[in-house]
Amino acid sequence: MTDTLFFYSFALLTLAGAVLTITRRSAVHSAIWLIVSLLGVAGLFLLQHAEFLFAVQIILYIGGIMVLFLFVIMLVNLDLAARQARFNKAWWLALACGAAVGAEILYFLHRGAGAFRLGATGAAPAAAGTGNVEQLADVLFSEYLVPFEVASILLLAAIVGSVIMAKKRV
Amino acid sequence: MFHPITPAHYLVLSAALLTIGTLGVLSRRNIVVILMSIELILNAVNINLIAFSRLHGQVTGQVFAIFVITVAVAEAAVGLGLLIALFRNKETVLADEIDLLKW
Amino acid sequence: MNFLDLIWLIPLFPLFGAAAMLLLGKRLDPQPASAVALAPGVEPATDGHGHGHAPALDPHHQAAHGHGPKTRWLISLLCPGMVLASFLLSVAAVAQLASKAGHVHETVPYTWIAGLPFHMADGAAARFTIDFGFLLDPLSSVMILVVTGVAFLIHVYSTGYMAHDGGYYRFFGYLNLFVFFMLMLVLANNYALLFVGWEGVGLCSYLLIGFYFHKKSAGDAGNKAFIVNRIGDAAFILGMLLMFATLGSVRFLDVNARLAGMPVEAGFGVLSLMALLLFAGATGKSAQFPLYVWLPDAMEGPTPVSALIHAATMVTAGVYMVARSGALFSLTPETSLIVAAVGGFTAILAASIALAQNDIKRVLAYSTVSQLGYMFMAAGVGAYWVAIFHLYTHAFFKALLFLGSGSVIHAMSGEQDMRRMGGLKDKIPTTFKTMFVGSVAIAGIPGLAGFFSKDEILWQVWSSPGGSKALYLVGLVTAALTAFYMWRLMFMTFYGQPRMDEKTAAHIHESPPAMTVPLTILAAGSVLGGWIGVPKLWSAFPDIFRIFEHWLAPVFAHGHAGGEHAAAHHDASIEWLLMGLSVAVAVGGIAFAYHRYGKRPYQPVEAKGLHKVLLNKWYVDEIYGFLFIDGLAKGGGRALARFDQRVVDGGVNGAGWFTRFSGIVSSWWDTWIVDGAVRLTSFLVKMSSYPVRVIQTGSVQTYALVFVFGVALLLVYYRML
Repeated sequence: MTDTLFFYSFALLTLAGAVLTITRRSAVHSAIWLIVSLLGVAGLFLLQHAEFLFAVQIILYIGGIMVLFLFVIMLVNLDLAARQARFNKAWWLALACGAAVGAEILYFLHRGAGAFRLGATGAAPAAAGTGNVEQLADVLFSEYLVPFEVASILLLAAIVGSVIMAKKRV
Repeated sequence: MFHPITPAHYLVLSAALLTIGTLGVLSRRNIVVILMSIELILNAVNINLIAFSRLHGQVTGQVFAIFVITVAVAEAAVGLGLLIALFRNKETVLADEIDLLKW
Repeated sequence: MNFLDLIWLIPLFPLFGAAAMLLLGKRLDPQPASAVALAPGVEPATDGHGHGHAPALDPHHQAAHGHGPKTRWLISLLCPGMVLASFLLSVAAVAQLASKAGHVHETVPYTWIAGLPFHMADGAAARFTIDFGFLLDPLSSVMILVVTGVAFLIHVYSTGYMAHDGGYYRFFGYLNLFVFFMLMLVLANNYALLFVGWEGVGLCSYLLIGFYFHKKSAGDAGNKAFIVNRIGDAAFILGMLLMFATLGSVRFLDVNARLAGMPVEAGFGVLSLMALLLFAGATGKSAQFPLYVWLPDAMEGPTPVSALIHAATMVTAGVYMVARSGALFSLTPETSLIVAAVGGFTAILAASIALAQNDIKRVLAYSTVSQLGYMFMAAGVGAYWVAIFHLYTHAFFKALLFLGSGSVIHAMSGEQDMRRMGGLKDKIPTTFKTMFVGSVAIAGIPGLAGFFSKDEILWQVWSSPGGSKALYLVGLVTAALTAFYMWRLMFMTFYGQPRMDEKTAAHIHESPPAMTVPLTILAAGSVLGGWIGVPKLWSAFPDIFRIFEHWLAPVFAHGHAGGEHAAAHHDASIEWLLMGLSVAVAVGGIAFAYHRYGKRPYQPVEAKGLHKVLLNKWYVDEIYGFLFIDGLAKGGGRALARFDQRVVDGGVNGAGWFTRFSGIVSSWWDTWIVDGAVRLTSFLVKMSSYPVRVIQTGSVQTYALVFVFGVALLLVYYRML
């Protein structure tokens, strides 16, 4: 029962935050609501017993990315933009397409419900003795080592790229 | 109302978030907001991954979610860097004002 | 010595003479052309003899008056000598022929075209062969004797007549060449070789008529003769080819053999056409209507030429050919009727014209045409031997008359107009006497040659099944006219008071013996020659006097000859009556001429009405000029010029216009269609770009929207359908 309650709370948070994110006039407001939405997502992670990701989500996503967003918002002068139209000219078409895609996905979910045994409640993770972090570490540094290294290179590229991007004179 | 939460719920949620994120990408003029909408989409994907990871009892989904977050970080950094460079050149952060490729 | 095998030599003697003249003549007599002055206003009655009517205008008069260089005697000896040789050989050959059974001898020294295979009209296979072959039978024997005999006399005469002229060697060369061709004509054993001679005598006629080539009228007359002849020759060739196609051969003996088995043709069929075409050829050569117009103009040539060619020999070639084709003509009554009718018509037409002519040679020329008409009348009614008989007697007296007239002209220093003659009988007695004999002969007075042949013709025309009474009447009237105009000539020329000017009168002299001796011989012939064709009616005379008919009988015994047989069941009394009638008519003609021209002095009258028409030859030449020359030739030329201008040039211009026009069209096409297509393409692209480029917003969001839209569609397509 608490599961249900918490789920719906976090879900509401997520979705409300998301909707508000995309509808605010001011970019800062959008950023704040995005943080709210991300918090909701973090909560959902926790409910799914993905503790590490819950932490990472807050620390990295909110603490890193959103802060970065806010810095950039401050850097670029958005006052002028705030006074202008929020949505572009073809917003209705975007609405329609997006809604169509969403509807289709829901339809698929409805159709394929039995295939993934989606009705079943979640199973507990296999090893009881280890915690989520240990499990992750186990897999990450053995099976998924290569992607891990590649990810680090990706991050390197991103760092270098963003530094160059932001320079006044390359 | 108090029926048990199945992974299906999470999937529906994920779908909804995805839709919202898509709408944001497609309809907002402000590039920063567009980038934020992209973050929403990525998060929707993460929710999906975690739900399935929970369903199958494996941790693979979570590992994948880690990578998604990693990529999201890189992408956000680079994207914002691009925005700054763009802002310096064009003095605008509105997507539809950057139409050099317009006919 | 077998002379019969040497008959190929008979034509060759004069050919040798002609060749000698061609090669050596100039050296023997360097004066090539006759010295005739082209003085303007020279009257047409002037003879191109070398003595102009106004001698003072003649710059060569002095030079021409002599007798030529010293070597001329060689020519005078060689050329007549060759003809004499031919004559003697002919006599020998004929004598040998008479003793040969069948009286036919054929030798073929050489084959010209040997047996080309071809298909006849009815599909049968035949071989096209033409030989150089000679046939001596009674008909050709008569012809060679007449030709060589008369030719020899005329050659002798010419040595005197042409003595004052330049071009002596040329004249004799041509004369010899003519005799050669004529002998080829009469000795040939097939139509093709006959035609070679036929054309050859036409050529020589042209050369000799135009002998005084300085005079335009002479050249024109030569052209006229050749061209008119050619028209006939074209028909002759067609007839010959038709003969090849129908009968498979043109050799006389072959043709006669083939025709012997055929029935008389009813209506107008192939044989009639063949005969008609051959006769058309004869019309040209023997100067019958409508192709007679060349003969009077041919008097431009020297008088011996007129005598030989246009009286005795060439013009008789047509008659000979018709007689030779007797087998064919006797099978085709339609054509024979045409032959007789044309002959009769020509006879009376020519006689009527002769009544009004003032040039002495013209009268004789029309007389020749008229007498030839008689010969064709005889041939047309089937009496072929009578036609040849008249040919033979006519040769004597016409040659005599022409030579005599030449003598007169010679005496008159070139004057030919009878209105300026008169009172010559005492001044040129030999000429007068011989011409007297000739005129009596041609008039048809009994006892002389002309009577026998002409009377026989009239009798045959009356009595033969092929003849008609109307035709007889034509012949009778012509006989009257003949007597009249001949004696008009005599009276005007020899009798009465002299009407010439003093200078000419002083010059009158008798001709040299070279000229008078042949005249005498011919006069004798005119008297005696007829006695070998005495009519059967005169039963008092033994058959030896009818040797001519008997000699020729085997040639004309084709079994269909209507001539003699029908005569049997007519009354002898009618024949006597007709004979008397023809004599009366002759005497009447002479008497009337005496009344008009003999009794009172000649008074020139203005030609009016019928006289004028006759004087102008019934305007036939003018009609021909209008129809054929202006109409056909010039009109045709003009029409062709217009055609060339309008159609041909028009075509060329049209092609040019069309090229230009197509250039314009082409450029229009290029500008508007081809370039238009190109521009249309660009236009279409441009136009279609307007809606399409709307998609290129440049805004990334739009692209993203398209992505999503596509995703939505793909999801539908792949997962929901």
